[in-house]
Amino acid sequence: MATQTKTRKGLLGIKLGMTQMWDENNKLVPVTVVEASTNVVTQIRDAEKDGYVAVQIAFGAIDPRKVTKPRAGHFAAAGVTPRRHVGEVRTADAADYTLGQELSVDIFAVGDKVDVIGTSKGKGTAGVMKRHNFKGVSSSHGSHRNHRKPGSIGASSTPSRVFKGWKMAGRMGAERVTTQNLVVKAIDAEKGLIAVKGAIPGPKGQLVFIKTAVKGA
Amino acid sequence: MHTLDEFDAPKLRTDIPEFWVGDTVKVHVNIIEGSRSRVQVFQGVVIGRSGHGIRATFTVRKVSFQVGVERTFPVHSPILESIEVVTRGDVRRAKLYYLRSLRGKAAKIKEKR
Repeated sequence: MATQTKTRKGLLGIKLGMTQMWDENNKLVPVTVVEASTNVVTQIRDAEKDGYVAVQIAFGAIDPRKVTKPRAGHFAAAGVTPRRHVGEVRTADAADYTLGQELSVDIFAVGDKVDVIGTSKGKGTAGVMKRHNFKGVSSSHGSHRNHRKPGSIGASSTPSRVFKGWKMAGRMGAERVTTQNLVVKAIDAEKGLIAVKGAIPGPKGQLVFIKTAVKGA
Repeated sequence: MHTLDEFDAPKLRTDIPEFWVGDTVKVHVNIIEGSRSRVQVFQGVVIGRSGHGIRATFTVRKVSFQVGVERTFPVHSPILESIEVVTRGDVRRAKLYYLRSLRGKAAKIKEKR
Protein backbone atom coordinates (compact mmCIF):
# COMPACT_ATOMS: atom_id res chain seq x y z
CA MET A 1 0.00 0.00 0.00
CA ALA A 2 1.43 3.28 -1.11
CA THR A 3 1.92 5.81 1.64
CA GLN A 4 0.21 9.13 1.36
CA THR A 5 2.71 11.82 0.44
CA LYS A 6 0.51 14.77 -0.45
CA THR A 7 -1.33 16.97 1.99
CA ARG A 8 -4.92 17.56 1.02
CA LYS A 9 -7.68 19.47 2.68
CA GLY A 10 -11.37 18.72 2.55
CA LEU A 11 -14.74 19.97 3.74
CA LEU A 12 -18.28 18.68 3.55
CA GLY A 13 -20.96 21.14 2.57
CA ILE A 14 -24.38 21.74 1.09
CA LYS A 15 -24.78 23.12 -2.43
CA LEU A 16 -26.84 26.30 -2.20
CA GLY A 17 -27.03 27.19 -5.88
CA MET A 18 -25.43 29.28 -8.57
CA THR A 19 -25.01 33.00 -8.93
CA GLN A 20 -22.48 35.34 -10.46
CA MET A 21 -19.82 37.79 -9.36
CA TRP A 22 -17.12 39.99 -10.85
CA ASP A 23 -13.43 39.19 -10.52
CA GLU A 24 -10.54 41.63 -10.06
CA ASN A 25 -10.44 42.29 -13.84
CA ASN A 26 -14.16 43.13 -13.83
CA LYS A 27 -14.94 39.95 -15.72
CA LEU A 28 -18.19 38.19 -14.95
CA VAL A 29 -17.65 34.82 -13.29
CA PRO A 30 -20.39 32.21 -12.77
CA VAL A 31 -20.02 30.67 -9.33
CA THR A 32 -21.62 27.92 -7.27
CA VAL A 33 -22.03 28.68 -3.59
CA VAL A 34 -21.53 25.88 -1.06
CA GLU A 35 -22.41 26.22 2.59
CA ALA A 36 -19.67 24.43 4.53
CA SER A 37 -20.21 25.70 8.03
CA THR A 38 -18.20 24.06 10.79
CA ASN A 39 -16.86 20.59 10.05
CA VAL A 40 -15.38 18.61 12.94
CA VAL A 41 -12.63 16.03 13.05
CA THR A 42 -14.10 12.76 14.33
CA GLN A 43 -11.28 10.30 13.77
CA ILE A 44 -7.64 10.25 12.71
CA ARG A 45 -6.57 7.19 10.76
CA ASP A 46 -2.96 6.10 11.02
CA ALA A 47 -0.88 3.60 9.10
CA GLU A 48 -0.35 1.17 12.00
CA LYS A 49 -3.93 0.76 13.07
CA ASP A 50 -5.91 1.45 9.92
CA GLY A 51 -3.37 0.78 7.19
CA TYR A 52 -3.71 4.25 5.73
CA VAL A 53 -3.42 7.88 6.81
CA ALA A 54 -6.52 10.06 6.73
CA VAL A 55 -8.72 12.44 8.65
CA GLN A 56 -12.38 11.73 9.16
CA ILE A 57 -14.61 14.78 9.23
CA ALA A 58 -18.29 15.20 10.01
CA PHE A 59 -20.81 17.87 9.14
CA GLY A 60 -24.47 18.83 9.51
CA ALA A 61 -27.03 18.99 12.26
CA ILE A 62 -29.01 15.90 13.21
CA ASP A 63 -31.64 15.09 15.81
CA PRO A 64 -29.74 13.12 18.50
CA ARG A 65 -32.66 10.65 18.75
CA LYS A 66 -32.04 9.59 15.16
CA VAL A 67 -28.43 8.62 15.78
CA THR A 68 -27.83 4.90 16.22
CA LYS A 69 -25.98 3.79 19.35
CA PRO A 70 -22.78 2.71 17.53
CA ARG A 71 -22.63 6.06 15.71
CA ALA A 72 -23.37 8.01 18.90
CA GLY A 73 -20.49 6.18 20.57
CA HIS A 74 -18.19 7.02 17.69
CA PHE A 75 -18.98 10.73 18.00
CA ALA A 76 -18.71 10.58 21.80
CA ALA A 77 -15.22 9.12 21.45
CA ALA A 78 -14.23 12.19 19.48
CA GLY A 79 -15.91 14.41 22.04
CA VAL A 80 -18.34 16.04 19.60
CA THR A 81 -22.10 16.16 19.21
CA PRO A 82 -23.42 13.80 16.50
CA ARG A 83 -23.43 15.07 12.90
CA ARG A 84 -25.38 13.94 9.88
CA HIS A 85 -22.65 13.34 7.32
CA VAL A 86 -19.19 11.82 7.61
CA GLY A 87 -16.35 11.84 5.09
CA GLU A 88 -12.64 11.12 4.90
CA VAL A 89 -9.73 13.01 3.44
CA ARG A 90 -6.50 11.15 2.77
CA THR A 91 -3.70 13.46 3.71
CA ALA A 92 -0.09 13.00 4.85
CA ASP A 93 -0.44 15.53 7.64
CA ALA A 94 -3.36 13.77 9.34
CA ALA A 95 -1.39 13.56 12.58
CA ASP A 96 -1.46 17.37 12.80
CA TYR A 97 -5.22 17.32 13.30
CA THR A 98 -6.75 16.82 16.73
CA LEU A 99 -9.95 15.01 17.61
CA GLY A 100 -12.89 17.39 17.84
CA GLN A 101 -11.03 20.12 15.96
CA GLU A 102 -13.33 22.48 14.11
CA LEU A 103 -12.61 23.19 10.46
CA SER A 104 -14.15 26.14 8.66
CA VAL A 105 -14.04 27.38 5.08
CA ASP A 106 -10.93 29.47 5.74
CA ILE A 107 -8.76 26.35 5.37
CA PHE A 108 -9.14 27.14 1.66
CA ALA A 109 -7.97 30.41 0.15
CA VAL A 110 -9.23 32.39 -2.82
CA GLY A 111 -7.44 31.10 -5.92
CA ASP A 112 -7.04 27.51 -4.67
CA LYS A 113 -7.95 24.71 -7.02
CA VAL A 114 -10.43 22.20 -5.67
CA ASP A 115 -12.29 19.08 -6.75
CA VAL A 116 -15.96 18.90 -5.87
CA ILE A 117 -17.60 15.50 -5.41
CA GLY A 118 -21.35 15.11 -5.38
CA THR A 119 -24.24 12.97 -6.55
CA SER A 120 -25.56 14.05 -9.93
CA LYS A 121 -29.24 14.73 -10.56
CA GLY A 122 -31.19 11.57 -11.34
CA LYS A 123 -32.67 11.47 -14.83
CA GLY A 124 -34.57 8.16 -14.53
CA THR A 125 -34.75 5.91 -17.57
CA ALA A 126 -33.12 7.81 -20.42
CA GLY A 127 -32.67 6.95 -24.07
CA VAL A 128 -29.32 6.65 -25.80
CA MET A 129 -29.37 10.18 -27.20
CA LYS A 130 -29.58 11.72 -23.74
CA ARG A 131 -27.57 9.08 -21.89
CA HIS A 132 -24.68 8.47 -24.28
CA ASN A 133 -24.91 11.43 -26.67
CA PHE A 134 -25.81 9.25 -29.67
CA LYS A 135 -26.76 11.15 -32.79
CA GLY A 136 -30.04 9.32 -33.36
CA VAL A 137 -31.47 8.74 -36.82
CA SER A 138 -32.17 11.29 -39.54
CA SER A 139 -35.33 13.32 -39.08
CA SER A 140 -36.25 12.87 -42.73
CA HIS A 141 -35.02 10.97 -45.83
CA GLY A 142 -37.48 8.13 -45.32
CA SER A 143 -36.96 7.72 -41.57
CA HIS A 144 -40.03 6.27 -39.94
CA ARG A 145 -40.52 6.25 -36.17
CA ASN A 146 -36.86 5.65 -35.37
CA HIS A 147 -35.53 9.17 -34.83
CA ARG A 148 -34.13 8.59 -31.33
CA LYS A 149 -33.20 4.91 -31.65
CA PRO A 150 -29.63 3.62 -31.27
CA GLY A 151 -29.48 1.71 -34.58
CA SER A 152 -27.57 -1.56 -34.70
CA ILE A 153 -26.42 -3.14 -31.43
CA GLY A 154 -24.20 -5.77 -33.03
CA ALA A 155 -23.84 -8.53 -35.60
CA SER A 156 -26.25 -11.46 -36.10
CA SER A 157 -25.61 -15.21 -35.67
CA THR A 158 -21.95 -14.58 -34.82
CA PRO A 159 -21.84 -13.82 -31.88
CA SER A 160 -25.59 -14.34 -31.34
CA ARG A 161 -25.53 -12.05 -28.34
CA VAL A 162 -25.03 -8.45 -27.39
CA PHE A 163 -21.62 -7.63 -25.95
CA LYS A 164 -21.40 -6.71 -22.27
CA GLY A 165 -21.10 -3.04 -21.50
CA TRP A 166 -22.83 -2.03 -24.75
CA LYS A 167 -24.19 1.51 -24.55
CA MET A 168 -27.96 1.32 -24.36
CA ALA A 169 -30.91 3.10 -22.76
CA GLY A 170 -31.32 2.84 -19.00
CA ARG A 171 -31.04 4.56 -15.65
CA MET A 172 -29.14 7.82 -15.90
CA GLY A 173 -27.74 10.16 -13.28
CA ALA A 174 -27.90 9.94 -9.46
CA GLU A 175 -24.30 8.70 -9.42
CA ARG A 176 -21.11 9.96 -7.81
CA VAL A 177 -19.52 12.63 -9.98
CA THR A 178 -16.30 14.56 -9.42
CA THR A 179 -15.76 17.92 -11.04
CA GLN A 180 -12.04 18.65 -11.08
CA ASN A 181 -9.94 21.79 -10.86
CA LEU A 182 -12.51 24.39 -9.91
CA VAL A 183 -11.08 27.68 -8.70
CA VAL A 184 -12.18 29.09 -5.36
CA LYS A 185 -13.47 32.59 -6.09
CA ALA A 186 -14.74 33.80 -2.73
CA ILE A 187 -14.85 32.77 0.90
CA ASP A 188 -17.12 34.05 3.62
CA ALA A 189 -15.81 32.63 6.88
CA GLU A 190 -18.51 34.35 8.91
CA LYS A 191 -21.40 32.64 7.14
CA GLY A 192 -19.36 29.54 6.22
CA LEU A 193 -19.82 30.02 2.49
CA ILE A 194 -17.41 29.12 -0.27
CA ALA A 195 -17.89 30.06 -3.93
CA VAL A 196 -16.22 28.04 -6.68
CA LYS A 197 -16.14 28.96 -10.34
CA GLY A 198 -18.46 26.93 -12.54
CA ALA A 199 -21.02 24.23 -11.97
CA ILE A 200 -20.85 21.33 -9.53
CA PRO A 201 -22.78 18.05 -9.62
CA GLY A 202 -26.20 17.60 -8.09
CA PRO A 203 -29.28 19.59 -7.17
CA LYS A 204 -29.46 22.41 -4.63
CA GLY A 205 -29.45 21.16 -1.06
CA GLN A 206 -27.20 18.27 -2.03
CA LEU A 207 -24.25 17.13 0.09
CA VAL A 208 -20.96 17.86 -1.66
CA PHE A 209 -17.37 17.16 -0.72
CA ILE A 210 -14.81 19.86 -1.50
CA LYS A 211 -11.21 18.63 -1.60
CA THR A 212 -7.90 20.07 -2.70
CA ALA A 213 -7.46 19.25 -6.40
CA VAL A 214 -5.66 15.96 -7.14
CA LYS A 215 -4.46 17.12 -10.52
CA GLY A 216 -3.45 20.61 -11.60
CA ALA A 217 -0.64 22.67 -10.18
CA MET B 1 -36.32 35.77 -0.81
CA HIS B 2 -33.88 33.44 -2.43
CA THR B 3 -31.13 31.53 -0.65
CA LEU B 4 -28.33 33.42 -2.30
CA ASP B 5 -29.75 36.95 -2.00
CA GLU B 6 -27.69 37.43 1.13
CA PHE B 7 -24.56 36.30 -0.67
CA ASP B 8 -25.23 38.70 -3.57
CA ALA B 9 -26.31 41.65 -1.44
CA PRO B 10 -22.85 43.20 -0.83
CA LYS B 11 -22.13 43.03 -4.57
CA LEU B 12 -25.21 45.01 -5.57
CA ARG B 13 -24.65 48.65 -6.46
CA THR B 14 -26.67 51.26 -4.70
CA ASP B 15 -25.51 54.26 -6.73
CA ILE B 16 -27.49 53.34 -9.85
CA PRO B 17 -30.42 55.71 -10.48
CA GLU B 18 -33.90 54.40 -11.17
CA PHE B 19 -34.58 54.17 -14.89
CA TRP B 20 -36.97 52.22 -17.02
CA VAL B 21 -37.60 51.20 -20.60
CA GLY B 22 -38.02 54.21 -22.91
CA ASP B 23 -35.68 56.45 -20.94
CA THR B 24 -32.71 57.99 -22.68
CA VAL B 25 -29.60 57.34 -20.64
CA LYS B 26 -25.93 58.23 -20.72
CA VAL B 27 -23.90 55.21 -19.67
CA HIS B 28 -20.38 56.07 -18.56
CA VAL B 29 -18.29 52.99 -19.21
CA ASN B 30 -14.83 52.54 -17.75
CA ILE B 31 -12.48 51.20 -20.41
CA ILE B 32 -9.03 49.90 -19.54
CA GLU B 33 -6.46 50.12 -22.33
CA GLY B 34 -3.25 48.57 -21.14
CA SER B 35 -2.25 50.51 -18.06
CA ARG B 36 -4.50 53.53 -18.36
CA SER B 37 -8.25 53.74 -18.16
CA ARG B 38 -10.71 56.17 -19.63
CA VAL B 39 -14.43 56.74 -19.52
CA GLN B 40 -16.52 56.29 -22.63
CA VAL B 41 -20.09 57.55 -22.85
CA PHE B 42 -22.74 55.47 -24.54
CA GLN B 43 -25.96 57.44 -24.95
CA GLY B 44 -29.18 55.93 -26.17
CA VAL B 45 -32.64 54.64 -25.44
CA VAL B 46 -33.18 51.80 -22.99
CA ILE B 47 -35.08 49.23 -25.06
CA GLY B 48 -35.27 46.49 -22.47
CA ARG B 49 -34.49 45.45 -18.95
CA SER B 50 -34.22 41.86 -17.89
CA GLY B 51 -33.38 39.75 -14.90
CA HIS B 52 -33.51 40.42 -11.21
CA GLY B 53 -30.98 40.99 -8.47
CA ILE B 54 -27.36 40.68 -9.47
CA ARG B 55 -28.28 39.14 -12.83
CA ALA B 56 -30.24 42.21 -13.97
CA THR B 57 -29.23 43.69 -17.32
CA PHE B 58 -30.42 46.51 -19.54
CA THR B 59 -30.06 47.12 -23.27
CA VAL B 60 -29.32 50.55 -24.70
CA ARG B 61 -29.84 51.34 -28.39
CA LYS B 62 -28.39 54.25 -30.26
CA VAL B 63 -28.06 55.09 -33.95
CA SER B 64 -24.53 55.96 -34.83
CA PHE B 65 -23.72 57.03 -38.43
CA GLN B 66 -27.01 55.54 -39.63
CA VAL B 67 -26.12 52.22 -38.04
CA GLY B 68 -28.07 50.96 -35.07
CA VAL B 69 -25.84 49.94 -32.14
CA GLU B 70 -27.13 48.05 -29.12
CA ARG B 71 -25.19 47.28 -25.99
CA THR B 72 -26.35 45.19 -23.07
CA PHE B 73 -24.90 45.98 -19.65
CA PRO B 74 -25.29 44.21 -16.33
CA VAL B 75 -26.89 46.77 -14.02
CA HIS B 76 -24.47 46.01 -11.18
CA SER B 77 -21.33 45.74 -13.31
CA PRO B 78 -18.26 47.43 -11.85
CA ILE B 79 -17.28 48.71 -15.32
CA LEU B 80 -20.13 51.21 -15.17
CA GLU B 81 -18.74 54.50 -13.89
CA SER B 82 -22.20 55.98 -13.65
CA ILE B 83 -25.58 56.08 -15.36
CA GLU B 84 -27.25 59.41 -16.10
CA VAL B 85 -30.90 59.66 -17.04
CA VAL B 86 -31.29 62.28 -19.77
CA THR B 87 -35.03 62.05 -20.47
CA ARG B 88 -37.89 59.93 -19.20
CA GLY B 89 -39.79 58.28 -22.02
CA ASP B 90 -43.50 57.55 -22.25
CA VAL B 91 -43.89 54.07 -23.67
CA ARG B 92 -46.49 51.32 -23.58
CA ARG B 93 -44.23 48.31 -24.06
CA ALA B 94 -41.78 46.52 -21.77
CA LYS B 95 -39.43 45.83 -24.67
CA LEU B 96 -38.95 48.38 -27.44
CA TYR B 97 -37.67 45.97 -30.08
CA TYR B 98 -39.97 47.62 -32.64
CA LEU B 99 -37.55 50.55 -32.75
CA ARG B 100 -35.16 48.36 -34.72
CA SER B 101 -37.36 48.55 -37.81
CA LEU B 102 -38.03 52.29 -37.51
CA ARG B 103 -35.83 55.11 -38.76
CA GLY B 104 -35.52 58.82 -38.02
CA LYS B 105 -38.57 60.62 -36.64
CA ALA B 106 -40.62 57.43 -36.38
CA ALA B 107 -38.11 56.01 -33.93
CA LYS B 108 -38.59 58.93 -31.59
CA ILE B 109 -39.98 58.31 -28.15
CA LYS B 110 -42.51 60.60 -26.54
CA GLU B 111 -41.23 62.29 -23.43
CA LYS B 112 -43.00 61.71 -20.16
CA ARG B 113 -44.70 64.76 -18.73
